[in-house]
Amino acid sequence: MAEMNMAKAINLALLEAMTKDPKVIVMGEDVGPDEGVFRITEGLYAKFGGDRVIDTPLAESGIIGTAIGMAIYGMKPVCEIQFSGFDYYNYHQLESHAARFRNRTRGRLTVPMVMRAPYGGGIRALEHHSESREAIYAHTPGLKVVIPSGPRNARALLHSAIQDPDPVIYYEPKACYRLFREDVPETMETLPIGKAQVVKQGTDITLISYGASMRATLEAAESLEEEDGVKPEIIDLLSICPLDTDTIIESVRKTGRAVVIHEGPRTCGLAAEVIARINEKVLEYLEAPVLRVTGYDVPIPYFSKEQAYLPDSDKVLNAARKTLSF
Amino acid sequence: MPRKPIELPKIEYLSILNEHGELDKELEPKIDNKSLIEMYRYMLLARRTDERMLLMQRQGRCGTFPQSSGHEAISMGSIFNINKNDWHVPAYRELAGLLWRGWPLEHILLYWNGFEEGASPPEGVNDLPVCVPIASQLLHAAGIGMAMNIEDRSEGGKKKEKKVVMTYFGDGASSEGDCHEALNFAAVFNAPVVFMCLNNQYAISVPLSKQMKNETIAQRAVAYGMPGIKVDGNDVLAVYQAAKEAVERARKGEGPTLIECLTYRVTPHTTADDPKRYRSEDETKEWMLRDSLPRFAKYLETKGVLSEKERNALEEEVDTQIKAAVQNAEEMFKSEALLNPLNMFDHLYEDVPPYLQEQKDELRDHFKTKGKDWSNPQKKAQTPASSRQ
Ligand SMILES: Cc1ncc(C[n+]2csc(CCOP(=O)(O)OP(=O)(O)O)c2C)c(N)n1
Repeated sequence: MAEMNMAKAINLALLEAMTKDPKVIVMGEDVGPDEGVFRITEGLYAKFGGDRVIDTPLAESGIIGTAIGMAIYGMKPVCEIQFSGFDYYNYHQLESHAARFRNRTRGRLTVPMVMRAPYGGGIRALEHHSESREAIYAHTPGLKVVIPSGPRNARALLHSAIQDPDPVIYYEPKACYRLFREDVPETMETLPIGKAQVVKQGTDITLISYGASMRATLEAAESLEEEDGVKPEIIDLLSICPLDTDTIIESVRKTGRAVVIHEGPRTCGLAAEVIARINEKVLEYLEAPVLRVTGYDVPIPYFSKEQAYLPDSDKVLNAARKTLSF
Repeated sequence: MPRKPIELPKIEYLSILNEHGELDKELEPKIDNKSLIEMYRYMLLARRTDERMLLMQRQGRCGTFPQSSGHEAISMGSIFNINKNDWHVPAYRELAGLLWRGWPLEHILLYWNGFEEGASPPEGVNDLPVCVPIASQLLHAAGIGMAMNIEDRSEGGKKKEKKVVMTYFGDGASSEGDCHEALNFAAVFNAPVVFMCLNNQYAISVPLSKQMKNETIAQRAVAYGMPGIKVDGNDVLAVYQAAKEAVERARKGEGPTLIECLTYRVTPHTTADDPKRYRSEDETKEWMLRDSLPRFAKYLETKGVLSEKERNALEEEVDTQIKAAVQNAEEMFKSEALLNPLNMFDHLYEDVPPYLQEQKDELRDHFKTKGKDWSNPQKKAQTPASSRQ
């Protein structure tokens, strides 16, 4: 066991994956000698050299497009897009090609690659550096989307993403990079993509979240227990696509109440999908309408006001209490 | 069916005032004294503002920002060739030009301190705001140029002096598809656009040699079918001359030009960057000696346009201007009108649609439960004065 933060855990997963499999290649802007603007690729260029840790020209579509070619040829590219706010430049390569090659060649050509990108607000960053647009990728058939919430699951999920036979979007909650440390086991772990985790058992209400919003969710859960004597069950989705319907409905069947929390905009966000599945499968078990605490349907404000935009424990607590007293 | 070389235009390099302040008399552009002083003044204002912002950033009074120090000659030498009716489409190191175009200093400080109000161009200034997604602004510049052409033709095409667009991008930006598309569109549609490339030799940590295989960025102009030239980007006279010729061509309806300005990013990429990780300090020190300001000052002094005493007076004037603007801006940072989070809903569309109004109400009620009522009308924030003097 070693204690580390999420940035280090992601770095460790890259190091382990590259050591184990010579086909794993890291590419992106400033990932070489600079070791990434968040230092996620620390030590990799020095260890593996410029053929496996590639500083690319400044072109996101170029990065993802060439990675698709490499993946088809047999490599396993792990691309870093410097900030998720710039991955729209390469979205068409993902939508038109990475997500489709397997399907249109009836399984003959596949694209086993990973796109990593820091997402989300809360670090007083510049315009275009704080968005949370995971729903776009979840809405793109053919892609998988995973989002860790802590050091241990970050490392395990990245291993799973790299080993996956299909293209995986791995969004990193940058506000959590250095927020807290956690024990990470010596042996390499994976987490099954498509499986959520019940991180806390409870009986009265299900709080469902992922990524950066897990912090606010956990904090609110603590207040619910201490101040309201309520036993919340908490689900960390980890995988946004495929979504683990079974874990969600099993919990809601038990609690009859739920709140879904995420930082991305509300309309067509992940909460909408989660609530739709609850309605489809366990409507008769509900004691109250399922509420959502999300970012609003506006671009995240510049940093002087970003905190007002983000879900916080107060907002989660309000929604949970409303649900409980329905 | 011969096999023979195809003749292509040659690419020139232009330097007029070298790093030692030595002048090539034959190439010296004719600029009147008042204009020369004005150019120097705005370069100085930008430099000192940038330095002040760095200090503020270190004290937690400003957000992360890309420094513009070292890029003043490129911005000022080019922007000085356009006028009010023309358009300015910046990237993010064109502080001198923005101030000269009339952006209040307060706007600059607001923008980099996390307030959208700082990105709102002042009334009557034909500028787009700073653009963070690399190279994307170049297509807007091309589009504005195309629209100018269409408007011009719809009016019979008789205008002698056409309007122009002045736009900016970095050496790293030259790798983006958007950059290629913008240059090609501008060429195909003969758009009156001057593309100014700030070649400061680094895109964060990535040196130009990893960015491209060609010797110059300017030579790409040949491929698009437009004139291209490389200039010393620390030589404000060379930048001025090249931009002047490009603007003249555009005004005559002869289309776009690509100007590569060679400089060096003597500062970190942004206040969050540590250049020691990827380049030697010696390299940086060497380039610091080629700074545009001292050589321009020496030129002005030798020419009898601006004495040392007058230069010092200008320093003081600029200092006073910055101090006042910082004080103003810091008042604005605290003003409820600007801090009101409910204003995040007000400018997305012309009207606030019902679903968004509902979200706005929800946020207002949320703040009320915490004892803060944002719904009382707040005093509108004062409008700061233009930096243009
Ligand atoms: C599309 C996009 N990708 C990445 C970034 C992050 N980023 C900001 S500046 C920069 C380097 C830009 O280099 P260059 O164009 O040479 O301009 P310079 O900053 O050196 O003036 C990068 C990669 C961005 N802002 N936009």
